[in-house]
Amino acid sequence: MAHEIIATGRSRTGIPTGRLAVWWVIGSEIVIFGGLIAVYLLNRFNHGPSWSVEAGHTATWIGAINTFWLLTSSYFVVLAHSASERRDAKETRKWIWLTILLGGFFMGFKTFEYATEISKGYTLFTSNFWSFYYTATGLHGFHVLCGMVIMAIIAENDIKKGRNWHRVENIGLYWHFVDIVWIFLFPLMYIAK
Amino acid sequence: MFDFLDRFMPGFLEMLLPRASEYAIEIDVLFDVITILVGFWFFLVLGYFFYLIFRYRHRPGQKAEYVTGETHKQKQAIEIPHLLILACDIAIIVPTFVVWYNIKIDIPPPEEEVRIVSQQWAWTFYHAGQDGVLGTDDDVASVNELRLKKNVQYTYHLESKDVMHSFSIPVFRLKQDAVPGRVISGHFKPIMEGEWDVQCAEMCGVAHGIMGARVIIESEEEHNAWLAAKTPEQAGDNLVAAIEETLSVAKEDRNNG
Amino acid sequence: MAEVAHADVAHDDHHDHHEQSFWSKYVFSTDHKIIGFQYMFTGMAMALIGGYFAYVFRMQLAFPGSSIPFWGTLSPAAYNSLVTNHGTIMIFWVAMPVLIAAMGNFLIPLMIGCDDMVFPRINRLSYQIFLISAIVLIISFFVPGGGFGGAWTSYPPLSAKAEYNSTPFGAPLWLIAVTLEIVAFLLGGINFITTVMNARAKGMKLYDIPIIVWMIVIASILFMCSVGPLVAGAVMLLFDQTLGTAFFDPVAGGDPVLWQHLFWFFGHPEVYVVLLPAMGIVGEITCTFARKKLFGYKLVLYSSVGLGILSFFVWAHHQFISGVDPRATYLFTTTTLLISIPVAIMIFAFIATLYGGSIRFTTAMLFGLAFTGEFLLGGVTGIWLGSSGTDIYLHDTYFVLAHFHYTFVPIAIIAPFAAIYYWFPKMFGRMMNETWGKIHFWGTIIPFNGIFIPLFILGAGGQHRRIYNFQNYPDLAGVDMQDMRVFATLSLVVMLMFQIVFIVNFIVSLKRGKKVGKNPWKANTLEWVAPSPPPHGNFGDTMPEVYRGPYEYSVEGREEDYWPQNEKPAES
Repeated sequence: MAHEIIATGRSRTGIPTGRLAVWWVIGSEIVIFGGLIAVYLLNRFNHGPSWSVEAGHTATWIGAINTFWLLTSSYFVVLAHSASERRDAKETRKWIWLTILLGGFFMGFKTFEYATEISKGYTLFTSNFWSFYYTATGLHGFHVLCGMVIMAIIAENDIKKGRNWHRVENIGLYWHFVDIVWIFLFPLMYIAK
Repeated sequence: MFDFLDRFMPGFLEMLLPRASEYAIEIDVLFDVITILVGFWFFLVLGYFFYLIFRYRHRPGQKAEYVTGETHKQKQAIEIPHLLILACDIAIIVPTFVVWYNIKIDIPPPEEEVRIVSQQWAWTFYHAGQDGVLGTDDDVASVNELRLKKNVQYTYHLESKDVMHSFSIPVFRLKQDAVPGRVISGHFKPIMEGEWDVQCAEMCGVAHGIMGARVIIESEEEHNAWLAAKTPEQAGDNLVAAIEETLSVAKEDRNNG
Repeated sequence: MAEVAHADVAHDDHHDHHEQSFWSKYVFSTDHKIIGFQYMFTGMAMALIGGYFAYVFRMQLAFPGSSIPFWGTLSPAAYNSLVTNHGTIMIFWVAMPVLIAAMGNFLIPLMIGCDDMVFPRINRLSYQIFLISAIVLIISFFVPGGGFGGAWTSYPPLSAKAEYNSTPFGAPLWLIAVTLEIVAFLLGGINFITTVMNARAKGMKLYDIPIIVWMIVIASILFMCSVGPLVAGAVMLLFDQTLGTAFFDPVAGGDPVLWQHLFWFFGHPEVYVVLLPAMGIVGEITCTFARKKLFGYKLVLYSSVGLGILSFFVWAHHQFISGVDPRATYLFTTTTLLISIPVAIMIFAFIATLYGGSIRFTTAMLFGLAFTGEFLLGGVTGIWLGSSGTDIYLHDTYFVLAHFHYTFVPIAIIAPFAAIYYWFPKMFGRMMNETWGKIHFWGTIIPFNGIFIPLFILGAGGQHRRIYNFQNYPDLAGVDMQDMRVFATLSLVVMLMFQIVFIVNFIVSLKRGKKVGKNPWKANTLEWVAPSPPPHGNFGDTMPEVYRGPYEYSVEGREEDYWPQNEKPAES
């Protein structure tokens, strides 16, 4: 639709512009999640005993499996990136879709987890711990979902047509960030009891 | 120390409001110290600013100079004023630490206590009854009226039943936010008899602007007479009536709201 | 089409641009200049709404209970809603869009010598989200229960529960509008940072970047780093409002003061987010019309970075008496008083730029000078408030209000006027009328002081904020105090009347202003190299190249007293 913008092609810093933009997005997300996690930590310190009791009811085994899905999917996205460097469309798309698949497992297990907890009576309003738990993990899950959608678009709209290979690395960066947030959430919500 | 300094200070705040508490003078003196230091710098800089505008206005044939601001002398022209300003900052920080400590951190042992409960939209004040002790059966509660004895050291305990409010008595120079779920304590010592405003200083809803109260400072005899005339009560009905009246004032002209 | 070899040139497909409809050219454009105008006109429209609100509530304060022309009688609930939304609109829907999004979008690609922002479609999306946020806010005024009235700071529990605030729809809509606005600016920031870092003209080193561009970049970084916790808090508050969670409800284990921390951790850096671009504007204008190099460019730059960093450590000065640990105030009062130093450095640099100059008093320069003088007063009055001892007395009084209007009006009103008078010729190819400009200037600045000087005095006399009728308080109801309120209100009315001069001047000049060439002010920066107004792509076939800094005015030995950045050095 739009003609090529000269500005988009320039790179005075040497860093490709798209990557710079993704780092900016990641930066703003770090501050958002950072704020949420800091608030959670403060509350944990102030309400030690009662929150600890509530935290005891999170399903650690599901959290652990979900950690495995995300970490493995981060590895897959690295493979997708190196395939994209070789301009191998088939390999790239395969690894992207496998990443999406594992993301899907994450979301699937999470859905089962939420359903189980709700049926046991632990909802968003049960107590402040559970309010935090659902808000933090829910926001994170939303970011996982968005990542999956964007990856699908890149795979089918760009890589299949052999263009915009740099986007694989960029979405990979985003996916690693989503992973790292989980690596903070998992011990806080599932292990610290 | 503050009494001593006050002799040299213009007393700007006292021109507007009496100093009805013992520590009001500290805040007033600090205010004046800041006014003098800041006022000096402000008028100096503003004056220089106007001078430059006048001196370097464009006239036919007049040309500008090429000044980078990066020579040593030019940098000093900025750095030296800044060191002086830093010195002034410290001259303000030290007394402000003292004033803050005296008013907000150090609570002297009280001769009497009051309990203040704020809510949408009225104040309930619990005074110690004839026995002089707060929290006993003969406590007297009044709505929107705080009655204090002159020259008595009070500790107050401030609560809120619903949202954030803030207890403010301008003539005491006192202010403290009331946080629901907490009891916050502080102190004051009235030194002047009279009757003045108590205001709510934190937005608390529709009738925030109408939940004023009055503080009445009287002699011990007058206070005891007031205590004797009032029966101990829970202030229940008075409170309801006070809030309803406040709300009716608020609702008066909702037509075009 | 014949293939013609071009060097660093855009437009593979010229034919795209002949048949652009009104919609694609003006409404759905991805051109940074159009998007800049969209932000500017939206911001100006919101300023009219915010100013109207101020007129209404000040009329109530001056003549309590009377029927206000163009409103009627004002109820206490509506009063609260007007003061809340006046503040919210002016900060989020006037200051930020005009200073950062409008000026940034219009100027940055021109000033760094490229043809557009790096991500034009994200740019367009950011405006669209911004527009939606404005619409959501306006809708919030008309829902049952009325607009949110819990102050722009929105402290819970008041803001969290409809049983306390009586605005069950207005409160969440207000919060959603603010959150959407924040998202729009986070998106916009992507373009500002990446474009300035990567798309600069050949030869433009970091210290050749005009100061306003730097200021917008630093402001964007500051915004991004500070707004995260507020977004988290806004999600939590929205859940409290709509789903019944209890993040901030003390009855169920939450903490109302937590919101205050999340809000002010953003709220304080936010004032510097809007201050820095305003100072950048004044910097450009001061240099051009004093015909002088900026005094201490690197000093100004490093001070603004230092200011940004320090601004993260002062936030609790808004909360000295709000129930935080009283010992924390020692730290915050110290940092707050110290932050006056980098701000002072920047103001002194602008004043020092006048030294040795040859000052032309165009309307833009008059507004630029007024910024410096008025902001000086605003900044110094912060000292009384940053000192925790005096803040016990002055918190929540009109002293605070006068302080922040002496900083915010220069930021949100005076600097944008300066910018518009200065860049109007570049934007539209015509000059605004200078005589009417000067009338507008005096008619704005003199009444502005008439509004707020009395408010300092009233505040020092114990008058508190957000109170709709001071006649209810015997100590505040005296004739002297009421006279001051009337004087302030009448000054506001006069000031608002004079804005009509500006609006008429603006509209008439669009069609009938004197036509100008590329560089009517004889300035150095790259936007004056492009035609007035610049076409799509800005610079035509040859992108500019930079050979020197942006402020080489009055260089010794040269005939002209200016030296554009892109002028090739003479062959020796």
